[in-house]
Amino acid sequence: MNCRNVVKELSNYLDEGLDTTLKASIEKHLANCEDCKVVVDTTRQTIQIYCNSEPAPLPEDTRQRLRDALKRRLRGVRV
Amino acid sequence: MSAPKLNPVAPPAHPLPSQVVKDDEPVLVAAAKAGDVSAFETLVGRYERKIFRLSQNITQNREDAEDAMQEAFLKAFEHLGEFQGNSRFYTWLVRIAVNQALMKLRKRRPNQVSLDDDIDTGEELIPREVEDWGPSPEDRYEQSELSGILSSTIAELDPSFRVVFQLRDIEELSTEETAEALGLSVPAVKSRLLRARLKLRQKLNRYFKRSDNS
Repeated sequence: MNCRNVVKELSNYLDEGLDTTLKASIEKHLANCEDCKVVVDTTRQTIQIYCNSEPAPLPEDTRQRLRDALKRRLRGVRV
Repeated sequence: MSAPKLNPVAPPAHPLPSQVVKDDEPVLVAAAKAGDVSAFETLVGRYERKIFRLSQNITQNREDAEDAMQEAFLKAFEHLGEFQGNSRFYTWLVRIAVNQALMKLRKRRPNQVSLDDDIDTGEELIPREVEDWGPSPEDRYEQSELSGILSSTIAELDPSFRVVFQLRDIEELSTEETAEALGLSVPAVKSRLLRARLKLRQKLNRYFKRSDNS
């Protein structure tokens, strides 16, 4: 296992899609390679930050236009 | 790319848990299918923020995002009879919204958006900047500031990377669901996802690296 192979398998490693032998091989490399460990950790954080981020509330005018469109098309109400 | 069909697909072998799906969703979907508009409006209220962010991230244009969101919900209601519950309702809704958003994006930038091309940027995958991030970004930035950083950073990605990351890591679709939604092969999704993750990591370095925290 070398740094290039760790990066190549990075997504599979983070998504826990590797067999135990390959996973163990990567983890052995990470224990001895600070750069790869940082890349793995910060990539994992990248995914988590985006995944955990809450979407902002809809702008009020956008929400109102959505409500109006639904009323028109779903309820046949003129707005 | 062929347009995604609205028919539900077989569930993936290992569907990811979703934070947005609530227990009462099947009941609401069943009621909406039976013609209960209020039930559908409840579903809209539950997902409108996420669908708008999805559309905004793909189109990078507020007007297009708003149109794509509206059309996605209306189309979902019109085609609700085709949804048979083999996949999550939210996943099905996301596929419709992605299709609407991509149509808007292609209309505005017809020569720039192709998900079909096999992307070989020739870029070396090995990260250039390797620096620890230090304290959690959530602790270093106010929520609104962090949201701004995340949205402006993902906007810098090529659309074909951006949409894969959006579906896989923000909407939590499985690799198979993402491939189905975008008309891509599973290896293509995996390849673009890896590049998207590495590019985002590198771009976020300028905000989160430890040396800027001193």
